[in-house]
Amino acid sequence: MRQESPKSPVILSLQGVSCAIQGFWVLKDLNIELHAQERLALVGTNGSGKTSLLKLLHGLIKPQSGHLHWQTHSPVRQAMLFQRPQMINSSVRHHVALALWAQGLKWPVALKKVQGVLREAGLADCAQQSAKTLSIGQQQRLSLARAWACEPQLLLLDEPTASLDPSFKSQVETMIEHWAQIRTGVEEADHTLVLASHNLGQVKRLASRVIFLEEGEIHADLPVWEFFNSPLAKTHPKAHAFLRGEVI
Amino acid sequence: MVRIARFNPVCGRKTCSTPFLFNIITPIYQCLVPMDDFFHSLGLAISLLWHHDPTLIEVVLRSLGVSALACALACVLGLALGAGLGVRRPKGEAFWVAILNTLLALPSVLVGLVVYLLLSRQGPLGFLGWLFSLKAMVLAQTLLVLPVVVALSRQCIKAAHDRLGEQLQSIGLTQGWRALVLVWDERQVLLTVVLTAFGRAISEVGAVMVVGGNIEGFTRVMTTSIALETSKGDLPMALALGMVLLGVVLLLNALIGLLHWRQQRMDSRFAGPAQPLSSFAANAWHGP
Repeated sequence: MRQESPKSPVILSLQGVSCAIQGFWVLKDLNIELHAQERLALVGTNGSGKTSLLKLLHGLIKPQSGHLHWQTHSPVRQAMLFQRPQMINSSVRHHVALALWAQGLKWPVALKKVQGVLREAGLADCAQQSAKTLSIGQQQRLSLARAWACEPQLLLLDEPTASLDPSFKSQVETMIEHWAQIRTGVEEADHTLVLASHNLGQVKRLASRVIFLEEGEIHADLPVWEFFNSPLAKTHPKAHAFLRGEVI
Repeated sequence: MVRIARFNPVCGRKTCSTPFLFNIITPIYQCLVPMDDFFHSLGLAISLLWHHDPTLIEVVLRSLGVSALACALACVLGLALGAGLGVRRPKGEAFWVAILNTLLALPSVLVGLVVYLLLSRQGPLGFLGWLFSLKAMVLAQTLLVLPVVVALSRQCIKAAHDRLGEQLQSIGLTQGWRALVLVWDERQVLLTVVLTAFGRAISEVGAVMVVGGNIEGFTRVMTTSIALETSKGDLPMALALGMVLLGVVLLLNALIGLLHWRQQRMDSRFAGPAQPLSSFAANAWHGP
């Protein structure tokens, strides 16, 4: 389990942010500060607003009220991994190249870079294969490879191993670990990870801070060690009930 | 049993038969008489095709040219519009969808009439002088198949966007590029849309009759020719044209089937078993 690391500068702050989708409030009055290098896990029951919060951070949905401030000098490079990988009807290498091209690389340069990325992700043999013919685990690895090819400073993972069997879960977690360790060692170690997960073991392994969401509201925002080891029954009763597997 | 002498239409003699048998034979005969005409006409049609009848070839080529051009124009415009509507979700989407769906049932004669009014001397586009020309026929067919292409491609792209839109948006693609990527992604379904549009264009008779005038050697196409030859009683020519019409559509279907088959074959050739765990473990992630 990760211990709380010394606080890095704040890269993003949410102040009283509320968000509605099709007239239904999915996020209510959120106040969050996200630090550089932080590994934040979002936990909560289904429909608690984890995915909506990730989408909000990624800019896929806009807040109806409140303020979302990026406190960085330059725009933060972001990538998001979705719960269920959806592939376009194209080859594996074109998948990654498209993401690189969208970042501003020329197509031939992007294709050149793809080869290295796929080799690192263990998908070099499938480069010419249609992405739709890959297994779900391979598709998720491809999605991760595509996300990391863009060298994001902020990586948003929406239940990255939810649809995978244990062996593929282990592969994907290994990839995330490798990525995080390597990036921590480089000079610009400002990458940040936000992870939504139902897998509490995974949260323990990957996160340094946990936010517990319920019906779009934050009910607990604690370091990971405290979240899992301190008595929450009095201070955070809903989080306590969630951890005990009780109906909230 | 009462035996009744009746005229046997098959052998042409008066024979005794039961009313039961008579009731069976007569309708069969009544069906066989036109079938005989049909087979006779079919034989003549094959003969016309076999000997490359110049009139037939001319009409077929003109028809293919007009419909292909109209279909190409409608597909360029329609795919762009359909993809745009599928990705963008404009305000009042339900209203636009209702209009589009209504236009799907647009009667071809009505399109012909509108184009006729537009292109007639007194009309707003009369200065073009396109009436009773191939250009007018292309315009009419384009307008006729445009709603088909827009409505079907919008539906297809919308479904693809629901599935893939957020992922494409997350890698930084703008709406325009998303639309293009989704058109590429759904190319096989859209190919069927194109085929449907071509089928509608080439089999249409009302609009081209009104704006083209069915002028021999100039604006006569397969469908108008079939209508004319049938009214003249020249069934072989009408049937030959009908056979060519079906043949063209069959050929296109076969071509699309071949493309699908080739794609599936390529996919199955590449698709192998999932990589074992060790292959990834041995190839530890080092970052891009």
